Amino acid sequence: MAQEAHIEVRDLTMAYGNFVIQQDLNFTVNRGDVFIIMGGSGCGKSTLLRHMVGLKEPEKGLVLYDGVSFWDADPGERKHLMRRFGILYQSGALWSSMTLAENIGLPLSQYTDLSLREIAGLASLKLALVGLSGFEEFYPSEISGGMRKRAGLARAMALDPDILFFDEPSAGLDPISARRLDDLILELRDSLGATVVVVTHELASIFAIGNNSVFLDADTRTMIANGDPHRLLSECENPIVREFLTRGESATGARRSS
Amino acid sequence: MSEISTVTDTDTPKVVFDRLDPENLVVRLSGAWSIEHGLPRTPELHQEMVSRGGILRVSFDTNELSSWDSSILTFLAAVVDISSKKRIEINKEGLPEGVVKLLALASAVPEKKDARAPVAHVPFFSRVGESALGHLRDMTEMVDFLGETFLAFLKLGCGKARFRRIDLMLFIQDCGARALPIVSLISVLVGLILAFVGAVQLKLFGAQIYVADLVAIGMTREMGAMMSAIIMAGRTGASYAAQIGTMQVNEEVDALQTLGLSPIEFLVLPRALALVLMMPLLCLYADFMGILGGGLIGVGMLGLSPVEYFNETKHAISLIGCLTGLIKSVVFGFIVALSGCMRGMQCGRSSAAVGVATTSAVVTAIVFIIVFDGLFAVIFDILGI
Repeated sequence: MAQEAHIEVRDLTMAYGNFVIQQDLNFTVNRGDVFIIMGGSGCGKSTLLRHMVGLKEPEKGLVLYDGVSFWDADPGERKHLMRRFGILYQSGALWSSMTLAENIGLPLSQYTDLSLREIAGLASLKLALVGLSGFEEFYPSEISGGMRKRAGLARAMALDPDILFFDEPSAGLDPISARRLDDLILELRDSLGATVVVVTHELASIFAIGNNSVFLDADTRTMIANGDPHRLLSECENPIVREFLTRGESATGARRSS
Repeated sequence: MSEISTVTDTDTPKVVFDRLDPENLVVRLSGAWSIEHGLPRTPELHQEMVSRGGILRVSFDTNELSSWDSSILTFLAAVVDISSKKRIEINKEGLPEGVVKLLALASAVPEKKDARAPVAHVPFFSRVGESALGHLRDMTEMVDFLGETFLAFLKLGCGKARFRRIDLMLFIQDCGARALPIVSLISVLVGLILAFVGAVQLKLFGAQIYVADLVAIGMTREMGAMMSAIIMAGRTGASYAAQIGTMQVNEEVDALQTLGLSPIEFLVLPRALALVLMMPLLCLYADFMGILGGGLIGVGMLGLSPVEYFNETKHAISLIGCLTGLIKSVVFGFIVALSGCMRGMQCGRSSAAVGVATTSAVVTAIVFIIVFDGLFAVIFDILGI
């Protein structure tokens, strides 16, 4: 069965002033994909994410959601599209003046007519889903970095989005917490039926959860590979991609001695 | 053989260049090489390896080397650099294993030539032009920001603005009650200074009673509003810039935007509203405290009785004078709030940028306070009030 395109990026060029970060990006994220945006440090992965979620307008090109161009839509339509997004930022980006429950409650109060009690109940549920039951009245400064990430994820899920964006979700997490987060991402994809876009360079996560990907290169400033990361590992002949996916082993030809 | 010594100790780090024959140079390293002793000066390095010429091979002798750290690596990196440029063969066998590994690591990744854009000399007029364009961009952003804030206030008027009421209450508390101590102190001192400076001259004419008029009119028409605004610019405007700037750094503003919430409505509106509501009250309070400060001089230094001072003050104060001060305080409240919030929204994504935003917020606010104060002076003069 042909896969349904959920997000399409066409001829996208991103720049800050005269400095081009990436150009001529063309890829499709299918419905239900766990799509990995990968590449070396500083290649523009997070910047691409910002262009896709409406935080920065591209120099050129289109970002389409179910065929609707995000950047050509009127503000009302754009807001309607953004309501379908759930975004987990690199540091969680929790609003520091609000408790965890209030952080999750804000999107609910903005887009629904639920009562305060109902919102509080939903917020508790979302926190419980990420293993933070009982932390409703804590402020972001009172919890650890890993807990902030999970609370950020709970907030990203507040409106049961059909598209989830994760910016370096494993950054700063220990391997076990990172693995748990990967498992959570897959469970969310399966239970919510969401399409997931993940910016990461953690190989363990890429191969554990990714089924589609794009590889951005900092030197050529464009994409140099696209597809299932497992297939790229076995079939891609680009040395930069191979070196990245094999953690440099394909370049050195030997394991580093312990 | 040439010898270089850096410190005269038994464990002094030493470099000895030993030319075995015209083509072979042995570099003998001895002593304890530590960055705590400073990096060894080696002016003879270039002379030995280049100027005298003929060297084809360099080797090392570290039998007398007792300890080493990055200082030896710095020296050896210079040797390796000269050797590669002059095509001199290097034999690293005599070097400690750790040193060899570190030298290999330092040269593993070639220098990225275009990592930094070349610093070109920009002509003076180009710099003037770019600065002018930068100010123009700043003005454009300011007008954009004012426009968006105006729309947000319109939405507030229609009851459709989206912000948290609790945030408004907290900001009112912060720029109201919590500002009273600093406003009290500064206003008393300003009143005191006004009275003192005026008293010196008025005493010459036996007109010291008019100190009360000077302080009352000065505080109610000008100093109450201006000083409280300047205090709030440094206290609250900077705080707003830091708060919103830090939210920018932590991507909290991005999170609001992607949620479809207007950062102007959610962040700027409650802050601006709080200051606009509190500034007239602070102005009145500052007027009172300033008159009190002037009274201290009037009674304490000029020998006026408290009743005399009070009556003369009552006689001097006019409703129009107080109203002009209050009108200014409202406008100044807007200026302080919008300067702080705007610079916070313009903040970059680093902690240094938050510092720049905070400073800029205070400077912008103070500049516009003075400019508008001047404008008010002209307007009130034209209106005859």
